[in-house]
Amino acid sequence: MEPYLCSESIHAMDLNQRFEDYIAADQKIEAKDWMPDQYRKTLIRQISQHAHSEIIGMLPEGNWITRAPSLKRKAILLAKVQDEAGHGLYLYSAAETLGANRDDLMDALIDGRAKYSSIFNYPTLTWADMGAIGWLVDGAAIMNQVPLCKCSYGPYARAMVRVCKEESFHQRQGFQIMLNLSEGTDEQRAMAQDSLNRWWWPSLMMFGPNDESSTHNEQSMRWKIKRFSNDELRQRFVDMTIPQIELLGLTVPDQDLKWNASSGHYEMGAIDWKEFFDVIAGNGPCNKERIAARKKAHRDGEWVREAASAYAQKMNAKASSNQTHAA
Amino acid sequence: MTKSQHIDWLLGLADDALILGQRLSEWCGHAPALEEDIALSNIALDLIGQSRAFFAHAGRLEGAGRDEDRLAFFRSDREYRNLLLVELPNGHFGDTIARQFFFDQFALVRYTHLAQQTFDPEVAAIATKALKEVRYHAAHSAEWMLRLGDGTELSKARIQESVERLWPFTGECFEEHATLDAAIASGAMPDRSQAQTTWNEQVEAVLNQASLTKPEGSWSQKGGRDGLHTEHLSYMLAEMQVLPRLHPDAKW
Repeated sequence: MEPYLCSESIHAMDLNQRFEDYIAADQKIEAKDWMPDQYRKTLIRQISQHAHSEIIGMLPEGNWITRAPSLKRKAILLAKVQDEAGHGLYLYSAAETLGANRDDLMDALIDGRAKYSSIFNYPTLTWADMGAIGWLVDGAAIMNQVPLCKCSYGPYARAMVRVCKEESFHQRQGFQIMLNLSEGTDEQRAMAQDSLNRWWWPSLMMFGPNDESSTHNEQSMRWKIKRFSNDELRQRFVDMTIPQIELLGLTVPDQDLKWNASSGHYEMGAIDWKEFFDVIAGNGPCNKERIAARKKAHRDGEWVREAASAYAQKMNAKASSNQTHAA
Repeated sequence: MTKSQHIDWLLGLADDALILGQRLSEWCGHAPALEEDIALSNIALDLIGQSRAFFAHAGRLEGAGRDEDRLAFFRSDREYRNLLLVELPNGHFGDTIARQFFFDQFALVRYTHLAQQTFDPEVAAIATKALKEVRYHAAHSAEWMLRLGDGTELSKARIQESVERLWPFTGECFEEHATLDAAIASGAMPDRSQAQTTWNEQVEAVLNQASLTKPEGSWSQKGGRDGLHTEHLSYMLAEMQVLPRLHPDAKW
């Protein structure tokens, strides 16, 4: 037994070394390549959380499709939410290349075992929230996601190229809505400010906990799944967004915000991490509703999915019996 | 066809598309599978696009300064001209598919003629583009009729029930009505009995293939083209129109 174990472990070491060399040389890891279990698990966790976020993210925006204030806005919003369903599909497919199964991932989501971006547990109360979500939430998502286009896992990186292109359209349409409101009537301007007030802090929380308290940072950075730390990305987002808020003529809901000329960055006030962890723990305003809506759609659709697979089986059986007869 | 009949006819075309598009958009995020979230949203988008083209054309013809949004958001249910079929609630997925199937088959017949007629060249242009879209819609809904009809016992029972429930709303597609009679007389709309025969043949072919039974009844609900709707439309418009009505001076 001993020599066998020995050669096996040398083999595993070789594989691991080759994997590490690949990562170091910025080569892509592909679905059929050997990879450490932990790398696979980390990716499945991250990609499926991302997919779930897209799917749950359809709900707060879907909430305004039927009330969009013009036909053009309705069409744009509908197309945007449809894109999110598409992103969910590519991402579930990317997770499947790692051996995960879409149905299992969906079960984990509706059973409350899987996580998704906590921002979608906030309610969309006015039309301006469609602007703020596109501009801030998709803007923050892009900050997080652009580096993923270069992530070490090929199928994820390639899915993200397409996702990011569409997200940047989404961000522009969101900003357009905000611009339009900020140039509109007094009520529209107030709507825009109220929405910024409600979405600003949750958007900053989207980058995750501060670096010193983030649990997944270091290993993911080493494997080039993650390329920048939470705090670096958050800072970049703030630096980019403050001038846009000024352009809109709106007020940043952070009294401690100041420009630091020597660092060339904005310094932001303290984030209420208690709120962040409360929402993650399931106590956000809409956690239960979001999961209930997903569960309902899934359960209500069960008979339809069953019918489709029964039909497919019948057709396959027919096709193979035809072949037998022809032979 | 008089100018006011012409406008009325265009509004009917626009309203059919908008109201069905609005209904389908309610599915977004709640469909049985992600692929259907995408498909139903796509169909909704096509329909909303078609409605915008017809509204814009009707507004220009009317010449009273009403644009697409004015026509969509500032008319009451009594002024809407759509078929009752398209305003009916989504129900379960089978109800939505049966409603879509009946309408898609009608839209195919109607757009095929609209694309060829010369009475209104702008309508011909809109219809030529719409016809390409509607062919996909009709393939999608017919495919689902087969899957649900010939899927499981449960799906067969459900879709058969949907077909029965919606059947009385299909006759309105071919009803006799002054505006439509004028449109037929001027060549803008297809001959009624011919159109109905084609629709019947197509519907029957799919129902047969799906092992479903075509309902016998010939009674049909009507009133939509005159603004006499079901109880459902007013709620739908209340939701759809709330923002522009709340902020009549705002631009979006």
